[in-house]
Amino acid sequence: MGDLFTLPVLLGIIYYGIRFATPYLFAAIGETFAQRSGVLNLGVEGMMLMGAYTGFYVAATSGNLWAGLLAAAIVGGLMGLLMAVISVTFQATQGISGIGLHILGLGLSTLLFTTTMTGVATIIGFPSIRIPLLGDIPYIGDILFNHNVLVYTAFLLVPISNWILYKTTFGLQVRAVGQSPQAADTLGVSVKKIRYITVTLGGVLAGIAGASLSIALINVFQENLTNGMGFIAVALVYFGAWRPYGVLLGSLLFSFVNAFQQWVQLKGVAIPADVAVMMPYILTIVVLAFSARRSTKPAALTKKFERGEA
Amino acid sequence: MKRMLFQLSLVLVLVSLVIGGCAPAATAVPEAAPAAEKTVIVEVEKVITATPAPVEEKLFRIALVLPSTTKDSAFSQAMFEALMKVQEEMGKDKLEVAYSESMFKLPDAAAAIRDYATQGYNLVIGHGSQYGSTIAEIAPDFPTTAFAWGTTVNTFQSEGINNVFAYTGTSEFGGYVMGVVSAMLSKSKKIGICGPIETGDNRNYVKGVLQGVNESNLGATATAIWTGSYSDVTAMATCAQTHIQDGADVLHGMSQAATGAIAAAKENNIYWFNHQYDNSSLAPKVIVASQAYDFVPTLKDMIATINAGVYGGKVYTLTLQNGGLEIRYNKDIEIPADVMAASDALLEKVKKGEIKIPLD
Repeated sequence: MGDLFTLPVLLGIIYYGIRFATPYLFAAIGETFAQRSGVLNLGVEGMMLMGAYTGFYVAATSGNLWAGLLAAAIVGGLMGLLMAVISVTFQATQGISGIGLHILGLGLSTLLFTTTMTGVATIIGFPSIRIPLLGDIPYIGDILFNHNVLVYTAFLLVPISNWILYKTTFGLQVRAVGQSPQAADTLGVSVKKIRYITVTLGGVLAGIAGASLSIALINVFQENLTNGMGFIAVALVYFGAWRPYGVLLGSLLFSFVNAFQQWVQLKGVAIPADVAVMMPYILTIVVLAFSARRSTKPAALTKKFERGEA
Repeated sequence: MKRMLFQLSLVLVLVSLVIGGCAPAATAVPEAAPAAEKTVIVEVEKVITATPAPVEEKLFRIALVLPSTTKDSAFSQAMFEALMKVQEEMGKDKLEVAYSESMFKLPDAAAAIRDYATQGYNLVIGHGSQYGSTIAEIAPDFPTTAFAWGTTVNTFQSEGINNVFAYTGTSEFGGYVMGVVSAMLSKSKKIGICGPIETGDNRNYVKGVLQGVNESNLGATATAIWTGSYSDVTAMATCAQTHIQDGADVLHGMSQAATGAIAAAKENNIYWFNHQYDNSSLAPKVIVASQAYDFVPTLKDMIATINAGVYGGKVYTLTLQNGGLEIRYNKDIEIPADVMAASDALLEKVKKGEIKIPLD
């Protein structure tokens, strides 16, 4: 037990906590935009899977990681667009259509994997970039400033998306549409257009989240690679009270606890492995339960919008 | 008049066609045969009556239900490839194979197993220890269909079910040998293990590795992290990276999710030992050895047993002795001669039953 609370273990937890918060950040920030405009997209997991597959396949066949990333973003965006068509234009129940897209992404990525690839393969992913000077700071340099480009991008996305949501006209329109679409419509804001943009953007970021796994963090593609990460990302949006910095906190907390439970096992702490594995999920449920009251859920979340309806 | 002639000729043509169609086939008539017409009739009659009734070789039908894909580089792929080998040997006209992949959800797997049994497959294999209760529930409804599942030793005979085979592997012995070898190859004397769920042959393999590392007397230590999932590739990757950060320079692992850990080992140039399937092609520079399943003899015996009218009640134990399990070293990695010699000596001991590994 004493071995657990040492500097190397702490540094290890922080390093991997930061690294593996990346896919959650991309997916959850994309979902934040969608939910802020009133659309609950439960298809994030399927979009991540398609992004992971496309990113890996294109990068492996073209030899270009950036081409893989771009392809993942496009495929994710197209799935987001499909979600928007179903839930905004056809006004299908958002939860159900999201689950449908999840199943589509899971099935299609598995089918494509088994038909286009001869088997599981690995790839050399985006390399770590040590930031000059900052990367040389003892201890902190390595854990904070020696990651690959997608890790840095995911963390940069937090202040950028916060700025977009709270300091730009577009952000104001997104929040207005999610809070009171009728009022926004009266003021000349196109509710459908805003929702199309946010849900498609959510798809793009979910695609990149998947690719961050397959070509930057794990560098392999396998059936059901994301293994529920997309659903955790949706939970993290609630956890973060629909705010980018809240999402950041949730992603880091979940990721840190996940890394911590592995060290708990490694250092032989007398806790059954099954209990250790459950730790991040238990923590998420507990925090969600306690944060439910203070959360500021968009008033029009999951609600259909039809012009003229009160 | 013209019309009458046309109708008459049409009738004649039709009549001749009908007569021609009803006439016995003359294809067997040898042109040079004497007294052609008579011979033809006799010969044809002879051929027809003399031909023995065709012996109908019964088509054997096997259905396989897999928790992951046939390309998982692990347990599923090992069984699928074995089945393909058996089919290649027997011929597609003698052995029909059907399979369902990615049946990780039990209700889906149960539906597939029942469906295959309903379609009359001779043998339905649920390739995973999670399918046990499903098979126990379905098997009694199809007493002339054989079922198989593994890894397990339970055929449900004690519950009055007689049409279920079980298969298991003594993975601990390969784990023991590879544990000693990994301790010999390790410079940091820290060995990491990434396991999915602490049960069945994975648990036994890890027990073997721990004992092997301990008994190598080289001052090496081994620790295991369980990810709690057969499919969580990310958890496997973080497991490997956690071990590496802790100083491990040799890793062991198994399951379809192990590919995430193997990718991490490859990235960090860390030796890897694999259980269940020989996936050295995935990372030829770091995968030292794999303990691989060979299900071919098991499948062949199941087919023979079923053809003999026995539909279950047999437990197949795959071992290093009977070739059901095999340690395959990766030829792309040069292993020191003393290490190989130690491995050979230990394998001999295992085969003679001189190594004991308590599993409780």
